[in-house]
Amino acid sequence: MASYDSIIIGAGHNGLVCAAYLARSGQRVLVLEAADEPGGLGADREFHPGFHTPIAHSVSHFSQKIANDLKLTAHGLGAAKPVPTVGLNTTGAHIILQEGSLSGAGTDDTRAYREYSRLMLRFADVLKPFWQKTMPRIGMNNFSDLATFAHIGINLRRIGKKDMQEFLRVASLPVRDLMDEYFDNDILKTTLGWDGLIGAKLAPRSPNSAVLAMLYRLAGESRGAHTIPVGGVNGLIDALSKSAMASGAEIRCSAEVGHILIDGNADGLTAKGVRLANGDTVTADRVISAADPQRTFLDLVGVEYLDIGFTNRIRRLRCDGYVAKLHLALDSAPEFEGLQQANGRMIIAPDLDAIEFAFDHSKYGECPDSPVMEIVVPSINEPSVAPDGKHVLSAHVMYVPYQLKGGWNPTARDRVCERTIDTIARYAPGIREQIVHQEFLTPADLERQYRVTGGHWHHTEFAMDQMLMMRPTYEAAQYRTPIPGLFLCAAGCHPGGDITGQAGHNAAHEILR
Amino acid sequence: MKFDHTHFRQALLRTPFHDRFVELSTTEEWMAWNTYKVPRVVDKLPTEYFAVRSGCAVMDLTPMEKYRISGRGARDYLDRLVTRDISKLKAGRVTYVVWCNDEGKVIDDGTVFQLGENDYRLCAQHHQFDWLLMSARGFDVDIQVETHDVAALAVQGPTSWSVLAAAGISNLEQLKPFGIADLRCGDIPVTVSRTGYTGDLGYELWMDPANALQVWDAIFSVQGQYDIHAMGLSALEMVRIEAGFIMPGFDFNTAEATIRNGYDRSPFEVGLGWVVNLDKGHFTGRKALLAEKSRPAKRRLTKIVVDGNKPVGEAFIYDGKNGKQTGEIKCATWSPILKANLALADIEFINGRLPAQLWARIDYQRELKWHSAWAECHSHSKPFYVPEYRSATPPMRY
Repeated sequence: MASYDSIIIGAGHNGLVCAAYLARSGQRVLVLEAADEPGGLGADREFHPGFHTPIAHSVSHFSQKIANDLKLTAHGLGAAKPVPTVGLNTTGAHIILQEGSLSGAGTDDTRAYREYSRLMLRFADVLKPFWQKTMPRIGMNNFSDLATFAHIGINLRRIGKKDMQEFLRVASLPVRDLMDEYFDNDILKTTLGWDGLIGAKLAPRSPNSAVLAMLYRLAGESRGAHTIPVGGVNGLIDALSKSAMASGAEIRCSAEVGHILIDGNADGLTAKGVRLANGDTVTADRVISAADPQRTFLDLVGVEYLDIGFTNRIRRLRCDGYVAKLHLALDSAPEFEGLQQANGRMIIAPDLDAIEFAFDHSKYGECPDSPVMEIVVPSINEPSVAPDGKHVLSAHVMYVPYQLKGGWNPTARDRVCERTIDTIARYAPGIREQIVHQEFLTPADLERQYRVTGGHWHHTEFAMDQMLMMRPTYEAAQYRTPIPGLFLCAAGCHPGGDITGQAGHNAAHEILR
Repeated sequence: MKFDHTHFRQALLRTPFHDRFVELSTTEEWMAWNTYKVPRVVDKLPTEYFAVRSGCAVMDLTPMEKYRISGRGARDYLDRLVTRDISKLKAGRVTYVVWCNDEGKVIDDGTVFQLGENDYRLCAQHHQFDWLLMSARGFDVDIQVETHDVAALAVQGPTSWSVLAAAGISNLEQLKPFGIADLRCGDIPVTVSRTGYTGDLGYELWMDPANALQVWDAIFSVQGQYDIHAMGLSALEMVRIEAGFIMPGFDFNTAEATIRNGYDRSPFEVGLGWVVNLDKGHFTGRKALLAEKSRPAKRRLTKIVVDGNKPVGEAFIYDGKNGKQTGEIKCATWSPILKANLALADIEFINGRLPAQLWARIDYQRELKWHSAWAECHSHSKPFYVPEYRSATPPMRY
């Protein structure tokens, strides 16, 4: 008899969600994590003695259903307050989006924003069933899966002819066209468009999918607003770990998986366990991978167990990350021109062209001259992440290519790091004098340190051809894979990345059905 | 691979043997085969056919797609590519293979030559380079196109061994069927395999294109002693049907060229179940083929003998005279040696079995007027023509 019902590879948030659900159903679950603590890209990182931050610094739409099912509050998850999204302006004329209201824009833009939000939230609601359900497998007429499509159809009919026409027009628009139609203020345009650019190497002028990515985020309970839980992202990871363990799941850290063991017999292949990097083997009835699809199939399974066409589709997934991470340890609170407190999610992108130009550089393997980024100062909401009176600045720096022309080396890393700090200094002039320590992680660094292919935060691009029943690719898009007993449960699956827990939840649902 | 940048001046490439065919051709009947110009009929079709069956026929094989697959991972690579167990193949041996896509549908068939340790040649009917490269990812292999760099000649027929021996290729008598030997023709290095597509005794010669004409001339230098004829593809079509060999892309649509749902075929459906080794470990299409095997057979490419002597062309097959249509003839020939109408037919099974009766509706012309007639068909499990002498080692000397 196998030692476990399910082995989960990777204790990122999706792995933990999946583990908790399976353990609650009575399964014997083992979660294997290569790092020395759970969390994946959400894990706490002490980048300088006493200074902490996770890689992913905010939560966009973690599902309330999952929080309730897994009793996360009882396991220590504090109420997550939405943080304002702030479009920074060097002049101090910032744009602030908070709880559905806009400040800092002109009268016309403010009026346009009301109509824009009404429409976008309406569209987000149409697509809502998509993100929460397993996608149908084409050719398989599973009733409940097909019902998801019917549901979308009904939702579309319900919004009326005018909005439906508008939905079909807008759904694949480039972000720039959408923003130009509604608004004049450049900072407002970049701030609203930002979430459409997260997850895929796209820029405001890129056609398709940017609007869909925005709607994905707007469909969540927080309607697109990001939250930072009490205790930071790590507070959420902590609650998930505790919930999983309370239900009987075992979480083993510093246990890197080297191979997924595949049993071949006359009836075909089945996954039967894993071999750890240290040589130990653990058997289970099924193996569920929270690692990215390329790592799972090409490294952990091995192409000799996969068909040629399928292997090729996995190979062709776009997994090159394009977001770097800057961590600053500061000896006092950063002061942004014209901003009372840096307690929001602050976006630095002076106009849509600035984003486009940064993207243009990265397309050709170069670093942007003027990086665009989003900044959070986690120590303002959660002082415990830095020593008394000191602060942490965390920045997601967009369009830093995974494959840098000429390759990554310390000089190249320092150059883009300095450019990033220079850019921040335009908004927070005193920042350089406050820095006690700085750390810059390129996508290549993230790949190495967090074992995620390409250093891609979302495992593989969140783009139209890799969404829904094509995520990551057909034959692996319903959390099941071509190998019986092997499942996927993380960002490389539908619905995609961000800290939502939805992929882990859906995978557990599939496994238990 | 060498690229000839003047290729556009020539619609079809010339093989290294082309000049000799031009000298011999009385019909000027040429056709295209994999971008090369080859004879359909060189002189007279009956002569070329009977050269294979009772003398010696020489055919240009150069246009066959040839790939060199080498490296430490070559065997594992091939084992995942094809349905047959390549780990059982030994150096100096050839095996017939078929390969499928993920859905278990046939992409092509061909032969694998193990030339040495970690060194293989794959011969294919159709161009496969993209599929082979796609398959290579994750394996330590090097794949090269050899089609244009290796000249190949088929020497087939009961006297073929005697002809080659007389032409100066010695040490061939112990070469067993599906064996390979590196030999010399005079002082020219020639690799000889005891293989062919005729079902008769026969050999295939592989050589540097620069030496092609010298080898050809050596063979034809013994024409006074033996009945040797250059042969075109029309005669090959007759003998390969007699031998029960199938031709992907003609007898059934290959998977990568299929657009319509259900128009592609699995190895089981084209009668190649015997080259599918489901126990050897994983290979591409295995999952689909395991599933197919657990279901009743839907159809089979079946060898049939059609009663009578009316020429069978394209015809539908019915489950009785005036019955329900249940299949179609894919290729057919009158067999001069068996005095019978032979055909391969794609036949839909009924409840997993071949229909009890098979009838063909044959449309034929008499002085440009169409007639139609019913002819009963009889299925045949073995190849139609298997001369005993073809596998004798050493072969019979003439």
